[in-house]
Amino acid sequence: MSRAAFAAAKIPTRAAFAAAKIPTRAAFAAAKIPTRAALVAAIALTLAACSAGGDTKGSDSLTVTDAWAKAADSSMTAAFGEITNSSAHDITIVAASSPAATEVQMHEVVDSTMRKVDGGLVIPAGQTRRLQPGGFHLMFIGLTAPIKAGDVVSLTLTFDDDSQLTFTAVAKDFTGANESYDAGMSMSPSASMGG
Amino acid sequence: MIQRDNRTSAADAVASGPSRRRFLAAGAAVGAGAFAAGTAGVALDRQGALPGSPPPPDEAGTNGKRIVPFYGEHQAGIAARPGAFASLVALDLNSGVGRERLAAWMRLITDDAARLTQGSAALADVEPELAATPAGLTVTVGFGPGFVDRARGARPDWLAPLPAFGIDKLQDEWSGGDALLIVASDEPGTVAHALRMLLKDSRAFATLRWRQDGFRRAYGSDPHGMTMRNLFGQVDGTANPRPGTADFDTAVWARPDAPAWLQGGTSFVLRRIALDLDRWDSVDRVGRENTIGRRLADGSPLTGTHETDPLDLEAVDPHGLQVISSVAHVRRAHVTDPTKHIVRLGYNYEERPARGADTLSQTGLLFGTWQANVTEQFVPIQRALDEADLLNVWTTPIGSAVFAMPPGCAAGEYLGQALLEGPASG
Repeated sequence: MSRAAFAAAKIPTRAAFAAAKIPTRAAFAAAKIPTRAALVAAIALTLAACSAGGDTKGSDSLTVTDAWAKAADSSMTAAFGEITNSSAHDITIVAASSPAATEVQMHEVVDSTMRKVDGGLVIPAGQTRRLQPGGFHLMFIGLTAPIKAGDVVSLTLTFDDDSQLTFTAVAKDFTGANESYDAGMSMSPSASMGG
Repeated sequence: MIQRDNRTSAADAVASGPSRRRFLAAGAAVGAGAFAAGTAGVALDRQGALPGSPPPPDEAGTNGKRIVPFYGEHQAGIAARPGAFASLVALDLNSGVGRERLAAWMRLITDDAARLTQGSAALADVEPELAATPAGLTVTVGFGPGFVDRARGARPDWLAPLPAFGIDKLQDEWSGGDALLIVASDEPGTVAHALRMLLKDSRAFATLRWRQDGFRRAYGSDPHGMTMRNLFGQVDGTANPRPGTADFDTAVWARPDAPAWLQGGTSFVLRRIALDLDRWDSVDRVGRENTIGRRLADGSPLTGTHETDPLDLEAVDPHGLQVISSVAHVRRAHVTDPTKHIVRLGYNYEERPARGADTLSQTGLLFGTWQANVTEQFVPIQRALDEADLLNVWTTPIGSAVFAMPPGCAAGEYLGQALLEGPASG
């Protein structure tokens, strides 16, 4: 950054604050990296869209920001963030995966107990859904290696139109998010998300 | 923001003499037709509000939303107006933390700092509301010798403990450290929250070595730009080059002979200086002014009339004696070459005495200095003061640490990136 640009940026106006927030959020935020499959899908979609009137795939309409995961040595952990649907129709996340875990499930916490979200996680048209401790989250089951603070974890979401979105989440040491996990809907043994 | 509780009770009525008088005084002003003119800019709750009408909040001087931009060529906290409150924290690296993990740590710290200084919660912040009042929050990061060695980077010659001085009585608990965080704001709750967030994200990499908290004049107590006073009552920092001047840039920013990763950065020396207030009490005003060489009332040199007047070190009184003593602090610390200046960052500290100690307090000064080169700038001044300075009778350095302060960064970069991704030795 040039000295002049920095001097200009020093003026603490509301506008500067607003502008500064964008790169700030971008720092760890979730790069929207199209996978090969998504690219193929996007090309196919583009071709289809020419005749179908311009509707877009989930992967084009969803953005993930402020993504982070709880650092964990083994077993299970969870990832959080904000998912925004900029399209005019609801989009459902039907699956999630990560090279860091054998399985990634969509969970919610009800009465301090985690449970799988049945039927996928819906991101309503034009809205942002926050995934956070004590609420909706992406549950990592069977970590393939310890996730250490500062590690960057890749995650891929699959939508109801089969398009995919890959993003990254930074791992942080976090003491919370220890809700017991009710794997079945009954009195099965509970587990915590590691820690 | 002050919000006065307007409920009244019998007890309040008894205890409300002063506010009743203020109310009557305000009424008298109205009677004189001077209410509007006489109270412009003063909120009602300072005047005594009319019964039944809730006073508007006192917003005079409110600065909680003040933002210091984070990204830039230099770390913002170095040239910014110092926050009224600061916590300076040194950390020691955990064993096994090498170059790659240091980079992961600095990415976390940079992201936290970039968000918190702009009034946004950090990621995984469980008290996000505490981030909404930055009040000029700055987070400044430094690297001690151990950090640069672990990063396998080029270590400047001066990045090491200072040479020993005769006046020193250094304690290990206030000295050294592999990394430094300086968290400063006009709002102490903001400092506490930001520091906690930064320390939570440091747990995997380092442990706390020391923490030193200090304060300057609170925001709004003095007009902006006034030099602070230390707890000896002295105007402290008059000779500092001001940010934005060529002298500041010359004194502070790393020079071409510094390692490439430090360009745009500087160095920071922190000395914890105990002030013996109990013995200082016995020194009269003439003695106090001769010790320092400046007047207590306004900080003007004994040879001048205004705080910023240059020292006249040649001046003699009618008896032929030097006006500014040969061992006065300002003479011994005086530097004329702009390349030899240091820029001071001072914070007072005041803590309870040790249990059983024969003193009323532990009082002192966190004497921080920015300079391009510790050996060429800080050390000669400290040597001169070590050899002779009247102030040494009442001041004792009890902590000492030296850090390299990396340059600032742009969005998408992190602090220390040039060190942690630059050439590695060994």
